[in-house]
Amino acid sequence: MSEFGRRHHDMGGLGAGPVEAGNEHDYAYWEKKIDAVRRLLADEKRNLFTVDEMRRGIEELGAKAYDEMSYYERWAASTTNILIEKGILTIDELGRRMEEVEARLKADAEGS
Amino acid sequence: MSEHHHHDHQHPKQPDLEDQPITYYKVMTEALAELLIEKDVITADELRNQMEQQDSRSPIFGARLIAKAWADPAFKERLIADVNGAAAEMDIDAGDVPIRGVENTDDVHNVVVCTLCSCYPRSLIGLPPDWYKSRAYRSRTVREPRKVLAEFGTVMPDDIDVRVHDSTADLRFLVIPKRPEGSGLMSEEELTDLVTRDSMIGVSVAKNPA
Amino acid sequence: MEAKYYVGDAVNVRRAFPPGHVRTPYFIRGQKGVIHEVVGTYSNPEELAYGRDGKPALMLYRVQFRQSDVWPDYEGSNADTALVDLYENWLEPGEGAV
Repeated sequence: MSEFGRRHHDMGGLGAGPVEAGNEHDYAYWEKKIDAVRRLLADEKRNLFTVDEMRRGIEELGAKAYDEMSYYERWAASTTNILIEKGILTIDELGRRMEEVEARLKADAEGS
Repeated sequence: MSEHHHHDHQHPKQPDLEDQPITYYKVMTEALAELLIEKDVITADELRNQMEQQDSRSPIFGARLIAKAWADPAFKERLIADVNGAAAEMDIDAGDVPIRGVENTDDVHNVVVCTLCSCYPRSLIGLPPDWYKSRAYRSRTVREPRKVLAEFGTVMPDDIDVRVHDSTADLRFLVIPKRPEGSGLMSEEELTDLVTRDSMIGVSVAKNPA
Repeated sequence: MEAKYYVGDAVNVRRAFPPGHVRTPYFIRGQKGVIHEVVGTYSNPEELAYGRDGKPALMLYRVQFRQSDVWPDYEGSNADTALVDLYENWLEPGEGAV
């Protein structure tokens, strides 16, 4: 029974290939931004969510998402899911704004 | 604010966003930040300050603590007892999360991992490298630390105990590497240059003096 | 709050495998260790993870395990150890003191 008890993110002790220490990537601006947003949401002034909730949200993304998404993609996904759950954002407004942002970024890219 | 509206003014160009692929989560992050600012959950200033503060974090902070610990045995004791307090003596803000100093000696070598996610003493050594967050590091270090260390070129003889710290709770760990041989006459500033980020994670030792 | 365990106490990590947000790594469940440090009380992350306040707070310990106990095929010194930070609700008294 207990082999089902190891959740996907709980990987201590599993086998794996060599540690690839070579390529460290510079964090993209948006990655730094989601990191900062997460910290602000969890700070004493706002107390809107905890790092524990974000971790739990990441753990619940599912094994495939966990493996295929990058580190900060998982942060972004978890954070927005939790904010939607809490009613701080609605799916509708987020979807509309994402559509608008994407159009804006594409226009800026073409125009530059 | 939920109505779709046209902008009849130009947004200022955001060069950092333009030069990269427009990915789904980048778009989501940008939309999220804009909405949170419009709803007064966060301010643009707070966001900018937070990002700048994070950018300012680098291994140099940790290195300065280690160098001082090497130069000043009483400080080293204070560092081991309370990293956050010792850092404050040097005007370094180690943050709210308590950090433990774990000292490498002639008998013990320490290495740090977070098997469950990627906990890391960011306020003192900056953002973690990709490999620290990788499946390979997180799964293997706790089980075969000596092999992982060897992949970093760090071979520990059997008479040195290897101690792995899994950061599962609210503590973070800063390895205090051994002071390198031949560094006895170096100034604190010169010693700082010998302390690498990897030596403060424990996968490496400090650099030898040139 | 009084800590149930003291530095040097032998403890067992409960062999339980619940779902949900748990900060006791799978690899350490059912293992025998020794209390290395009594850290202090913290809100329960298993509750914080679901937006609850995590009270009553739990005592957190640093527990030390011999690697050759944890991994049957461990290659390395018999004196190599792993330290894992564990909450009191995951610990049970072990046999004998150090």
